[in-house]
Amino acid sequence: MAVTYDAAPDYSAFLKSDKDGGATLDLLVKGARCAACLSKIETAVGAMPGVERARLNLTSGKFTVTFADRTGDPARVMSILERLGYPSAPYDPGLATAAHDKEGRRLALALGVAAFGAGNAMMFSVPLWAGLFGQELGPSTRTMMQVLSGLIGAPCALYAGMPFFESAWRSLRVGRANMDVPISLGVLLTLGISFVETLLHGRDTYFDAAVSLLFLLLIGRWMDHKLRSRARSAAADLLAMQAPSATVLDAAGAQHRKPLSEVAVGDLILVRPGERIPVDAHVESGRSELDNALLTGETRPIAVRPGQVCRAGGLNLWGTLTLQALARSDDSAVAAIARLVDAGAQSKSLYVRLADRAAAIYVPVVHSAAALTFVLGWALGLGPREALLRAVAVLIITCPCALGLAVPAVQITASARLFRKGVLVKSGAALERLAEITHVVFDKTGVLTLGRPTLVDPVPAAIALAAPLARASAHPLARALADEDPGETLAQDVVETPGQGVEGVIGGRRARLGRAAFVGVAEPSADESEFWFAFEGDTKIRFAFHDAIRPDARAAIEDLKARGLTVEILSGDHAGPVAAVARELGVDQWRAGLTPFEKSEAVEALSLAGQKVLMVGDGLNDAAALSKAHAAMAPGTALDASQNAADLVFSGEALGAVVTAFDVARTARRRALENFGFSALYNLIAAPAAMLGLINPFLAALAMSGSSLAVTLNALRMNRAGR
Amino acid sequence: MNIFFLLAPFSVLLALIGLGAFWWTVRNGQYEDPDGDAARILIDDPQDAPLPRV
Repeated sequence: MAVTYDAAPDYSAFLKSDKDGGATLDLLVKGARCAACLSKIETAVGAMPGVERARLNLTSGKFTVTFADRTGDPARVMSILERLGYPSAPYDPGLATAAHDKEGRRLALALGVAAFGAGNAMMFSVPLWAGLFGQELGPSTRTMMQVLSGLIGAPCALYAGMPFFESAWRSLRVGRANMDVPISLGVLLTLGISFVETLLHGRDTYFDAAVSLLFLLLIGRWMDHKLRSRARSAAADLLAMQAPSATVLDAAGAQHRKPLSEVAVGDLILVRPGERIPVDAHVESGRSELDNALLTGETRPIAVRPGQVCRAGGLNLWGTLTLQALARSDDSAVAAIARLVDAGAQSKSLYVRLADRAAAIYVPVVHSAAALTFVLGWALGLGPREALLRAVAVLIITCPCALGLAVPAVQITASARLFRKGVLVKSGAALERLAEITHVVFDKTGVLTLGRPTLVDPVPAAIALAAPLARASAHPLARALADEDPGETLAQDVVETPGQGVEGVIGGRRARLGRAAFVGVAEPSADESEFWFAFEGDTKIRFAFHDAIRPDARAAIEDLKARGLTVEILSGDHAGPVAAVARELGVDQWRAGLTPFEKSEAVEALSLAGQKVLMVGDGLNDAAALSKAHAAMAPGTALDASQNAADLVFSGEALGAVVTAFDVARTARRRALENFGFSALYNLIAAPAAMLGLINPFLAALAMSGSSLAVTLNALRMNRAGR
Repeated sequence: MNIFFLLAPFSVLLALIGLGAFWWTVRNGQYEDPDGDAARILIDDPQDAPLPRV
């Protein structure tokens, strides 16, 4: 989006004051990928007067500029970035601070401590293990080793276990048992028993097992966090790009860039070509055409002139408009959709993930087995100490490594694989939901079609005549025409009449390109998907445009059907174009002319009928349906609100990404289930052995790391999934 | 056996130093921008881009 800052609007509402009198600006910079970009941007902005420091985070795209005082000018920074070729958008100061990744740091520290503890407690455990196999180890040496192992292992386990203890406590307080309950119980009991054993000069201590178990589990926890935080930051970026910014004119006519939430009813707003209408407003002055495709699904541009009302979200195509706000951002039509999206997101958060469903079965079984071991052991003549030791051995040996480590490992491998194929996965839960779908709903405009006009039956000779004039215009139809021609000549003395067309001189002859009436066609048709071109007094040439279907849409739909899924089209466009697309793609079920609310109701009705719906949509009119669907995908060209509502976002032209994502999600699910199967099998062998007292600390450590390794390797087989 | 009482604490001490170093790198924000750090070593004149504390 080419926005110029010639008139330098005032962006100071986005500056965040520091304690020491300076100010900080957080910008999201798009397109910076390499060392050269990094140094170019930092050097250029760093050299600006008043800038104290400029640092770009290449991983997140966040650019932090610190000004020496509060008079810094964000607009200058943005115009410098624009000139260098990187579009940027300011973060809302309120939202930027929340993005700091505290949780990630805490997990990394816990992981480091667990690694230290596991390694060093193990150092003292090796002699203990040797002692188990009849090597010479006197009782006092053994106690000394146990004490040393405990001195290192226990504090480390307590620190590294905190994330699990806290989560277990939170879940217990609301009366549920998640995966962290058996983990916490296992670790705490193990530590307690080992402590008592050491004091009583017993044989079996498990300090090293407790801390290395936490180490393995923290790896899984950390991977899961990485996956979620990458998705979260993608969502935050979308929010920033959605730019909470509108250009408000004050009484003197000066331009101020303001966060959307600060726009009041009655404010005068300036909307340049290429910008979106920020709030519901009526046109004060200026003429233009609006592209409401993302709002209603309708492909035809709508002409607006003073006095007319335009809805928030429409894209201004060619004239500069001055609007008067009719509603605040929260009351605009867009906000109503946003509320529907929120409601959908809440219903989605009720989804119970695979690992938690497994935990619901696993927790009662394992805990009863441990309790049974204790009771039976005592009843059958073991001492209470020996019975308790065996019960704890059961808890340790069955500790859910596979559930804690294998599922995140599968999901991070799967999402890394999809990422390389241009699909961004927002969470592990999204992959699990995607694997369950039975029915696919497509939006038409921008999903099945490319969402931009393409010339029908191009005639190169005719195009070459009109191209010099088409190149001088910003209108989408003119752009589509110019794209068809390889030449570079430009018409002279070009004058553009908003809503009508362009006029200019080509090779000494005056020519016009635009609407039928503008070019002077005798019987002007009202069809807005056509352009006319003529030299003065010469034959008039007609160019018709349509919204072309994505090249691989048919193949993708056939692939989905081959996988046993049913396909349907829900569109906001008129019945004619929708029927044509449905016929061409071989889709029998379709509905046209739907409002955003009807779309989301249709999806809800499908879910009530027992279908698990995958919604693929891009417009604001799809956002509510996307959030209601069991799983949702949006193309990278989609409106930000839709990308936020979707679970997966795919880039590129190919609709095949939907098929690939589905395949990978299914494979990921299979790997996860295999891992569950493996751990069930392992527990079936190990738990009885522990009950019979056949497990000693050495076998416990060996079995635990062995099973973790096996499930992780199985997860890595993911790399071959999908096309 | 006496050597054990020297070497055991010594090895734990070494590991503690390692843990301390790791702790410092995390608190120092050295894992916040892996892509940027990989790119930064390619840029000349490091004095123009001083490493700030994040």
